[in-house]
Amino acid sequence: MEKPLLVFDDKGIYCAIADVYLDPWKPVDKAIISPGHADHSRWGHKKYITHHTNIPIIKHRLGDIEVSGKEWNESFTINGVKFSLHPAGHIIGSSQIRVEYKGEVWVFSGDYKDENDGVAVPYEPVKCHTFITECTFGLPAFKWQAQEEVFEEINAWWRQNKEDGRTSVLFGYSLGKAQRLLKHLDASIGKIYTHGAIENMTEVLRSQLKFPKTTRITREVKKEEIKGNIVIAPPSAHGTTWIKKMTPYVTASASGWMIFRGARRRRAIDRGFVLSDHCDWQGLLKSIKATEASKIICTHGYTDIFSRFLCEQGYDARTVATQYEGEMGELETKNETEI
Amino acid sequence: MKKFAALIKTLDTTNKTSLKVEALTNYFKEAPEKDKVWTIAILSHRRPPRPVNTTLMRNWASELAEIPLWLFEESYHIVGDLAETIALVIPPAEESSEKSLNQFLQEIIELKSRSEEEKKDYLLENWLALNYYERFVFTKLITGSFRIGVSQKLMTRALSRATDIDEDILAYKMMGNWNPSETSFSSLILEENEEDYLSKPYPFYLAYALEGDVEDLGDVSQWSAEHKWDGIRSQVIVRNDELFVWSRGEELVTDKYPEFQEFVGTIPNGTVLDAEILSYPNGQIGTFNDLQTRIGRKNISKNLLKKNPVILKAYDILEWKGKDIRNHPFAERRKILELLYAEVSSEDFPLHLSEKISFQSWAEVAEERERAREEKSEGLMLKRLDSPYLVGRKKGDWWKWKVDPLTVDAVLTYAMRGHGRRSNLFTDYTFGLWDEEKKELVTFAKAYSGLTDAEFRKLDNWIKKNTLERFGPVRSVTPHHVFEIAFEGIAESKRHKSGVATRFPRMVRWRTDKNIHEANTLEELKALIPK
Repeated sequence: MEKPLLVFDDKGIYCAIADVYLDPWKPVDKAIISPGHADHSRWGHKKYITHHTNIPIIKHRLGDIEVSGKEWNESFTINGVKFSLHPAGHIIGSSQIRVEYKGEVWVFSGDYKDENDGVAVPYEPVKCHTFITECTFGLPAFKWQAQEEVFEEINAWWRQNKEDGRTSVLFGYSLGKAQRLLKHLDASIGKIYTHGAIENMTEVLRSQLKFPKTTRITREVKKEEIKGNIVIAPPSAHGTTWIKKMTPYVTASASGWMIFRGARRRRAIDRGFVLSDHCDWQGLLKSIKATEASKIICTHGYTDIFSRFLCEQGYDARTVATQYEGEMGELETKNETEI
Repeated sequence: MKKFAALIKTLDTTNKTSLKVEALTNYFKEAPEKDKVWTIAILSHRRPPRPVNTTLMRNWASELAEIPLWLFEESYHIVGDLAETIALVIPPAEESSEKSLNQFLQEIIELKSRSEEEKKDYLLENWLALNYYERFVFTKLITGSFRIGVSQKLMTRALSRATDIDEDILAYKMMGNWNPSETSFSSLILEENEEDYLSKPYPFYLAYALEGDVEDLGDVSQWSAEHKWDGIRSQVIVRNDELFVWSRGEELVTDKYPEFQEFVGTIPNGTVLDAEILSYPNGQIGTFNDLQTRIGRKNISKNLLKKNPVILKAYDILEWKGKDIRNHPFAERRKILELLYAEVSSEDFPLHLSEKISFQSWAEVAEERERAREEKSEGLMLKRLDSPYLVGRKKGDWWKWKVDPLTVDAVLTYAMRGHGRRSNLFTDYTFGLWDEEKKELVTFAKAYSGLTDAEFRKLDNWIKKNTLERFGPVRSVTPHHVFEIAFEGIAESKRHKSGVATRFPRMVRWRTDKNIHEANTLEELKALIPK
């Protein structure tokens, strides 16, 4: 039997013919990167290839690296293997990676969502024979509301808190979620403050997109001026002394995990908004169908359950263990993944 | 229903007690009368009997969601709550229902006697007529108790604010066996009704555990001490030639203890005792395990009564000659109790007196505490001589001073996902001890508590990576982690594979310093059983 076009080894997803890795988790010579999140774009590769809108993000995170940018749908050939990047709709600059060799097509989804969030270039299904998909939220219990409804709730929450004389502290990932929140907050309600990590990342992205004015919380910012306004902070800021400055405050988290009452209660967050940068159950199924692929490889999330269901639906589906985390980091803090 | 669902959502979306009380108070001011009664009933765990078994509900929900049953089950184990899982997987509502909470509950009560087909139609129709939150609440009403971080105490406080009636009086009115279908808000809460009080118990006074040094309680001569019995805390009422036995969970359990019928005619009418039900096989105090054979049974056979009789160990008297004497000092109540006991006691009469311990110093009290296991007690109860009988858990006058628990080091062998705030986390563990040859781990206890949230998360992550086998929701894991397991009591048991039953096992320490071969053996555990 011929060797598959892409294999999973201890460094990542490997294309032997082109000698290229996709989203490797150990240092390699040449890496094609799908999204800018830390679990997909890691430090130490000799050469990075990614969508050009992702370059400022990974440079901000990884420093001075050798990277070349590509356009959407622009194909480039390495040793006879044809590659191209396609919008994944996950966050700004996140792409799916299409790999073609002798008429056989594989697509690696990276992280993706099928809803247009108004920030990232919307997801486009890419036809292929083998689709490597994430399934972070691959359970029928995950069902997202349209984001307009969620943002209506978020803005109503902020308005109510302001009326009650409380500051709204909203948690979301510094890259992706935070900008999506900023884009859709109703800036007429009050001022938007940011945690340093979020301000820095947003600053990087202002060259590409318009966001409302934000104010970084520094020592100089007075407690009284924050009151009644909204503060966007990374999940790791919850429960730290940094947050004391916002007193009296109410907390909320914007994440797909917030669909579980237990997840919110465990983190002692007042309010949970179900807002994810990944597909929900139906989104995954629809996207997979649209690829017309017959072979499905599930990487991260509820892989066992999801692939079993796909097999019952007639797909040739299997799971592979990777080091991608999906939205896990928004639920639990990063350093806890080690033991 | 919309109002009630909105209330539950508000209660559910804040961690702050003051906001919860505020939401409940507003609800009690505005909601329809019958809905209020039901809300009180539900929040005090008086929901109607379950009309449909959950297996059928799982089947119907997965059918409606168009997913295979196994996928529904997997989702349930991850979500950790059945009503929540159902509310999430079925498709969004097609219409909106204007039915009141009362109407829903009346329907749920009537549903019990319907055919399976009718039950199915009813559920499917209503699931599709309710939005996510209403649907969750509706399903919760059918499946189980509402545990949403609202204690009865908190509800009572809100009700008190809404009605301007004293909290203690409200707590008293809400006790006992009232039927929410037949009770109006005004007769339950607002009116004074003499005959309703015949079976009513008083709210229990609960003690906190003593944490600091016992000497800090001050002058020892101001205190009384007795053993803390390990049975069922109960209130026994004799009024109007009738007997009522209430458990601490406000359950009327009179029928389970026919032994106590003797009290009627012997103990004068208008008496309420605070006491412990204890098993008493062969004329001596048995273990909690013995008592367990009586708790679960609906029909008490003559044979069981003979083999496993119970007695009542009384330690306080709350009503005497028809008068509420809870405000009298403990010393005075105790004197009345002793007089009563002297009057009625005889050989084989199932009323015993919880003996007063005599002492001159705290050191002597401490000495007696060391004897607790010999006495088959859990430790001591310390009560101020001048203390009134208060309502609920209060600090200051009463303290429980338990003996230090027994402990062993055991190996984590199986794990299961938790429920509620631990949903999607592996937090329910099974522990094993070594057999004689130290070759095999024998399961001896399950434990769910004692670790910090951070430790649970760490262990959860490890379990996901070190699963050996899956048995439905249970995973066997590589034997690797050793935990110090504490428990209050230990007894031989035929019902357990290990031959040993432990009482209230929990984790006290994650022994990262120990490897699995340093864990204890079953033999060593058995050596702890009191002879």
